[in-house]
Amino acid sequence: MPETRATAYDSKIEGNVIFTRFDAALNWVRKNSLWPMPMGLACCAIELMAAAASRFDIARFGAEVMRFSPRQCDVMIVAGTVTYKMALAVKRIYEQMPEPKWVIAMGACASTGGMYRSYAVLQGIDQLLPVDVYVSGCPPRPEALLAGLMKLQEKISRERSFRNQKPELAEKLEESFA
Amino acid sequence: MTSQESIESLSRSFPDKIQHTTEFRGEMSCTIVANDLRGVAKFCRDELLFDYLIDITSIDNFGEDPRFEILYHLYSMPHAVHLRLKLKVPEETEAVDTVFDIWPTANWHEREIYDMMGIKFNGHPDLRRILMWDGYPFFPLRKDFPLEGLPSEMPDVAFTKVTPLEGGPFVTLPSTATSKDREPRARPPEL
Repeated sequence: MPETRATAYDSKIEGNVIFTRFDAALNWVRKNSLWPMPMGLACCAIELMAAAASRFDIARFGAEVMRFSPRQCDVMIVAGTVTYKMALAVKRIYEQMPEPKWVIAMGACASTGGMYRSYAVLQGIDQLLPVDVYVSGCPPRPEALLAGLMKLQEKISRERSFRNQKPELAEKLEESFA
Repeated sequence: MTSQESIESLSRSFPDKIQHTTEFRGEMSCTIVANDLRGVAKFCRDELLFDYLIDITSIDNFGEDPRFEILYHLYSMPHAVHLRLKLKVPEETEAVDTVFDIWPTANWHEREIYDMMGIKFNGHPDLRRILMWDGYPFFPLRKDFPLEGLPSEMPDVAFTKVTPLEGGPFVTLPSTATSKDREPRARPPEL
């Protein structure tokens, strides 16, 4: 008589297998390894560097791998005043980043134009890019940037990644289960 | 040689080119006639030894005639003396002579004046905009250019929009109240 047992249970691997939702696992992986694109344009970039250095240590949140190639980045940190001359260059770099991608607008200038109410300054990077987290301050302290990064991690952990990025596959699966 | 003496020497050599001179805290300024700028500039460098052009600036006296003014800030390393040459430029002037071959540093200064004020320079080797992009249609430092800017569009290069100057968290209220009341952080945010 053949032995029957639950396919999902095996005493040999008990304790080594975790059941979870696919999205939760995917998001957990993503949020703990955010590679930033340091779009340093003004004084905020100095605080960004401070956040990456040993005292504040952005590596504690898995975001220490600053990549200067947009093709290897997950999150663009726009740190500084975006002039109109620079605006389309920022957009071009954003477009070269692979999906999924996020944007942190760091500081007053990147968020709203800040104190630069001027003919030369873009009044907030959200006029060009979809911003996920705004960090206030002029410039923000490194703690503020880290808090913004943690907010972004929270946001990523709530995302419906599979459905957002593979809609056809998700639909197919849903049909087959229906 | 003092600043005073260099002006006197300049007046002797160019009796009808120096319109008037002023002194402020020991520094001399003189207004010169536009059509002999290069002659005066060469004389200043070679005879009076003003070997260092510190800066060239321009002023828009909007509503006056002549409208523009260009200032050459000179310094003499051997004599440790300053001299300022002023040049009145009417709006209808096509172009002012370049001095980049006399002081090479004038190259970028003249580009900046062209970019911000729209004054052209005869004989400049590379008269492109230096701060704004090529094709930007305005001259932002002119007095008739609004602070909030004007909309413009250059596909794939740059665009500009009009900046909101009222409301928002960073605008100081115009009033006679103390700065504590006028400044943004003293006000509750506008909802």
